[in-house]
Amino acid sequence: MSLGPEHLEYPFRRYGMDHDRYAWSMLSERKPVQWPGGARLAVWVNVGLQFYPLNQQGKPFKVPGGMTMPYPDLRHYSLRDYGNRVGIYRFFKAFDRYGVKPSYAVSTRLAERQPYLMAQLKERGNEILCHGYHQDALHYGGQDAAEEAALVNRAVEGLAQITGRRIRGWLSPARNESANTPDLLKAAGIDWFCDWVNDDMPYHFRTAGGPLIAMPLSTEIEDYFVIGQNLHSEASWVEQVCDACDLLLAEAAGQGGRILALSIHPWLLGQPHRIGKLEQALEYVMGQPGVWSASASEIADAWQAQQQG
Amino acid sequence: MKEDPGFYDYWPYQGRPKIRWPNGARVAFWVAPNIEFYELNPPKNPHRAAWPQPNPALPGYSIRDYGNRVGHVRQMKVLDKYGIRGSISLSTALCAHHPEIIELCKERNWEFFSHGIYNTRYTYGMDEAQERAMIRDSIETIHRATGQKCAGYLAPALSHSELTLDLFAEVGTELFGDEAGFYTCDLFHDDQPTPIHLRSGKRFVSIPYSLEMNDTIAYVVNKIEPRRYGQQIRDCFDRLYAEGAESGTVMCIPTHNYQVSCPHRLKAFEEALEYITGHSDVWVTTGREIARHYLDHCYETAVADIAAKQAGAAA
Repeated sequence: MSLGPEHLEYPFRRYGMDHDRYAWSMLSERKPVQWPGGARLAVWVNVGLQFYPLNQQGKPFKVPGGMTMPYPDLRHYSLRDYGNRVGIYRFFKAFDRYGVKPSYAVSTRLAERQPYLMAQLKERGNEILCHGYHQDALHYGGQDAAEEAALVNRAVEGLAQITGRRIRGWLSPARNESANTPDLLKAAGIDWFCDWVNDDMPYHFRTAGGPLIAMPLSTEIEDYFVIGQNLHSEASWVEQVCDACDLLLAEAAGQGGRILALSIHPWLLGQPHRIGKLEQALEYVMGQPGVWSASASEIADAWQAQQQG
Repeated sequence: MKEDPGFYDYWPYQGRPKIRWPNGARVAFWVAPNIEFYELNPPKNPHRAAWPQPNPALPGYSIRDYGNRVGHVRQMKVLDKYGIRGSISLSTALCAHHPEIIELCKERNWEFFSHGIYNTRYTYGMDEAQERAMIRDSIETIHRATGQKCAGYLAPALSHSELTLDLFAEVGTELFGDEAGFYTCDLFHDDQPTPIHLRSGKRFVSIPYSLEMNDTIAYVVNKIEPRRYGQQIRDCFDRLYAEGAESGTVMCIPTHNYQVSCPHRLKAFEEALEYITGHSDVWVTTGREIARHYLDHCYETAVADIAAKQAGAAA
């Protein structure tokens, strides 16, 4: 028994990455970034407003957080819907109370279905980024390129029409991509995306149509990851957010501006027994000196303005 | 396939010859940062898939890249603060990909040991010549990049063959005699070093590396909270420190720069290190130094004791 010769051949064993999408660099070696007003920590609160269709296809996999039971999986459908009906209105109050400027990652299909909610978002005036067409409309390796291009355009253009604004940001459903996704996003007019979790600061990601900005939206501290998948307590999530805030603020003192990016979901943290924990975390973070609550595009623009080229 | 790998004999954790660490330390404490490179699109091993999704499997790939871009320096500063030299379990291809990281570790006189070429290339399915070539490549790469003669091995992604330890020891001897290839981190059967049987008869030891204290096991497999991980580290230390008054113990914390260095996790780790290094009678050291000390001062006594206990049990 042996393996084929390719298993001991290493065609990409070279300086930098094993692909051409971005340059290798260590965060500690980069030029420090200054945030507006001398802030040390930009706070990006990213709210997932998601539509999980009841008739989930699960291609090529069942999206985490989606339907798991035989059709009709009313428990998961309605529990996710809860976030868009109830939880989000608790979020709004919390954001207002603590002066948070959130960004909303919206499934285009949700925007099509819920004009009232979209009118609320429009009135509140915060950034809206595209979170794909819906949570079951996955982008994946092996997907037909034309099919994926149509999916990207349907999602981005559809959301732009509904919101009346150009859509600058993108978060893929399940953060899954094909090899073509970044190129298709750039072609659809997207400026930045946040699927890759390989940095705490933005960086340039190469596409066929020029660079996208890769924005750092950590999965590891996401509410669904910590509470929903790891089954940590709500109190522990708050503790983890506070610890992250402390560390990033301390690091920023010597290394330039940092970003605390919190990905949260109203179907999870918007529950009555959890909303108080979100409020605790926001109160702590927003109470620290040197914090700048901003939309993802504002953070991306402030960063971009300090890059050469 | 065998019922038992045959690397060591049953050797009860009572009545063993006393291990005396340098300066009368109770615990030999070492931290083993895994500095790894995972390929985005490796050749598909028939026995184990590298990623759960079709290429590009960016969730898994990109968080590991985070470790090298962001996490490494963060963890290194914490280890510096507590006077700890890392013993690096190295995906040796990283010497080509990210030489900056290698330089930072060299400046600190950290130890480099082999963790294969890439953590996405598994030993499963390799024949003896292939595994030997892979191991040889990794030891030669470490020597070229760092000048160190690789003493230890942790198989890539903990993927083994029946011959892994033999081949590592033999290649070490071929290249550098007794100065290389003399300890393994691949076995989790003990809290003290253990002499290992090899087909070559080379003097070779297993050094406790601990999956239980491994941050990836804590966070990815057991999915525990950062503070609980910190508490487990302290509890583990307390017990090994107490037992170390009778005979020296070994405590290892294996880390990954993409896990322990996340902003919401580093504090718990740092507090645990502060606790451990705040004790007297702790030998803060490296895997190589523990293995060297054991081979020089404890090995023969241990072999004799194991033989006596085996004979006693058989009698």
